[in-house]
Amino acid sequence: MHSARGRAAGLAAGVLSAALALTACGGDSGSSSSTDSGGDTSSEGGDVELTVSLFGTFGYEESGLFEAYEASHPGVTIAYESVQQEDEYWPALQTRLNAGSGVADVYGIEVGRIRDVANNQADKWVDLTTTAAGDQLAKFPDWKTAAATTEDGKVLGMGTDIGPMAICYRSDLLEQAGLPTDPADLAAEMGSWEDYVALGKEFQAGAPEGTAWTDASSGLYNSIISTESEIYYDEAGELIWDSNEAVKNAFDLAAQAGTDGLTANVQQFSPEWNQGFVSGSFATLACPSWMIGYIKGQAGDAGSGQWNVTGLPGGAGGNWGGAYLAIPTASEHQEAAAELVAWLTAGEQQAAVFENVGNFPSNTDGIAAVGDVTDDYFSGAPIGEIFGAVAEAAPTQILGDDDGVIKNQLSRALDSVVANGVDPAAAWETAATDISNEIG
Amino acid sequence: MSREDRGWRSRQVRLRLFRWEAQFAPYAYVAPFFIIFAAFGLFPLVYTAYISLHDYRLGSEMTWVGIGNYEWLFSNPKFYNALWKTFTLGALSTIPQLLIALGLAHLLNYRLRGRNFFRVSMLMPYATSVAASTLVFSQVFGRDNGFLNWLLSLINIDAVDWRNGNWLAQLAISVIVTWRWTGYNALIYLAGMQSIPMELYESAAMDGANRWTQFIHITLPGLRPTILFTVVVSTIGATQLFGEPLLFDFGNPRGGAVSQYQTIGLFMYEQGWFFFQLGKAAAVAWVMFVLILALVLINVSLTRWRTRESR
Repeated sequence: MHSARGRAAGLAAGVLSAALALTACGGDSGSSSSTDSGGDTSSEGGDVELTVSLFGTFGYEESGLFEAYEASHPGVTIAYESVQQEDEYWPALQTRLNAGSGVADVYGIEVGRIRDVANNQADKWVDLTTTAAGDQLAKFPDWKTAAATTEDGKVLGMGTDIGPMAICYRSDLLEQAGLPTDPADLAAEMGSWEDYVALGKEFQAGAPEGTAWTDASSGLYNSIISTESEIYYDEAGELIWDSNEAVKNAFDLAAQAGTDGLTANVQQFSPEWNQGFVSGSFATLACPSWMIGYIKGQAGDAGSGQWNVTGLPGGAGGNWGGAYLAIPTASEHQEAAAELVAWLTAGEQQAAVFENVGNFPSNTDGIAAVGDVTDDYFSGAPIGEIFGAVAEAAPTQILGDDDGVIKNQLSRALDSVVANGVDPAAAWETAATDISNEIG
Repeated sequence: MSREDRGWRSRQVRLRLFRWEAQFAPYAYVAPFFIIFAAFGLFPLVYTAYISLHDYRLGSEMTWVGIGNYEWLFSNPKFYNALWKTFTLGALSTIPQLLIALGLAHLLNYRLRGRNFFRVSMLMPYATSVAASTLVFSQVFGRDNGFLNWLLSLINIDAVDWRNGNWLAQLAISVIVTWRWTGYNALIYLAGMQSIPMELYESAAMDGANRWTQFIHITLPGLRPTILFTVVVSTIGATQLFGEPLLFDFGNPRGGAVSQYQTIGLFMYEQGWFFFQLGKAAAVAWVMFVLILALVLINVSLTRWRTRESR
């Protein structure tokens, strides 16, 4: 529906330039002055149709950015397609890349896949430093671009959004348990993740019936580990997850929180988790910027003013999620695609996307532009400032091919500690066996 | 002369065409099936076998590993776990399902009011999509706000953590499978029962046989081929059990935190589309295929043996 409209508008602008340029361009009157020459170049073959293939919600269509780009770039039409589920999108994309047919000009790549792309698929994607988009790369936090950079310095993806993490909490529940509810006071109590867990015990002592400190051990582990730079691999690309103290400590701390009864023992994104936002089965959780919208949706109008946000313990930086735009080498319009990518990931557009759908900018111009955004639902919290600071502080993570497998098995082990009463040490051993079985 | 000659020749040509047609037309008629089968059945089968001999990560090159993937598989405790869970889940869902279906069909075979309504309503679960039914059942089996736990709370039984229990989770999944397939099997049984002459029942009733005796001595023997069919189809279905346990863990193929309901189908999917190890997934697929073939053969021979013995 959306893509059909975009294509129709572009086609019309190309064929009936003079008459339709006025309507197609709408408010952007700047380009309508060149309608005559625009019509000429299109007949000389200046027309380009760019196919953009994305997953989930990137917010471009929702913010009208494709139409705006078509309007300001006569002769360019954008065909947009989107798959809701990333885990369906990615296999299909891989199959197309391998087959070399039906390949789009611009693809969205989830952050969890970007190392696989940089390590194993360097020949299939365009090095953006050699294109029109190259200049803009300086605008991103180092860690964002580093993840998309190959060993020999090619940059294969340009950052769209990021997921800086913070702690979202229910002020009303904290107040009932006698804990500070002011973001700054709460932050002062949490100098480290150990403090966070200790505070949880304090909370649990005075907590209302049926309320736990946080949602799930695996969620807690995920947030702790997101603040580390060296996790499962070292800089040389060697697997170090089982000797890395940061991993073991995060695992033990998360397991301890579980066995101490500080978690609600719900799986993230399950119906029980969703209901927890309303029923208050957990009082705090680590929330990336994109979860702000999710919480609002689940907690509903009644939750407005109950929630607040503060930074991670000790002012650490962490990230969960985010994406990139990339151009496959099979694309026939690489230059035009690079211009589109540069425009879509520029600060102004990222800020517009943030305002429309809540994806947090990764472009530093964009981060600056949203710096004074506050959120009334979250008790007027300065979310632009909080998430911006976390993004600045986030470490450059060393990522490897099998991060997903390892993280998956460790999360599962933590779930088994809380849900099935498995001894933490035994769960760790099981995870170790499973991991070596899978990638050894 | 020449005219006759020409006529004779054209007759000859026509005759030859006819003969040619008689010889080759059947092949042409059956060709579409075999072409489609070759493209969508045989080729994937053979190509899967080929992939299973490689280390193949989606998006990178294949490298030959011989039987490495099979060695990995047969030394993997996760595989045996999945095998066992497939068996227990299969038994838990198939046996009650077929028994209930048989009973329902027997009841529906008698003249009762609103018979058509009952027959149609039995097929409703089958017409419901797996996703929809699993979604509804995951509300039923929810721990915190589930319907079943609410019912239990009425009789003062504490909330049960269905999803995280071992047998509890398997039981819950079996209920979903049974709910979905019982009506379908009942209708198949019903069709089989209707081919048994009514006179047999009537004369048995005259001889004083009650419904239960009629069921044992008339319905069951008459249904033997139908039962064989449903047992084979259900066994294949149980071996491939996938959608229900996948959705029961919210789309995660691990089958619960300790893989307490990870079936072989889920195990294969996890390898292929979660870890992107296509070579390993292909090896699982082939083992699964051989397993199903073996199960079907065992089923068939068991039933044949039973049939022969009872004669």
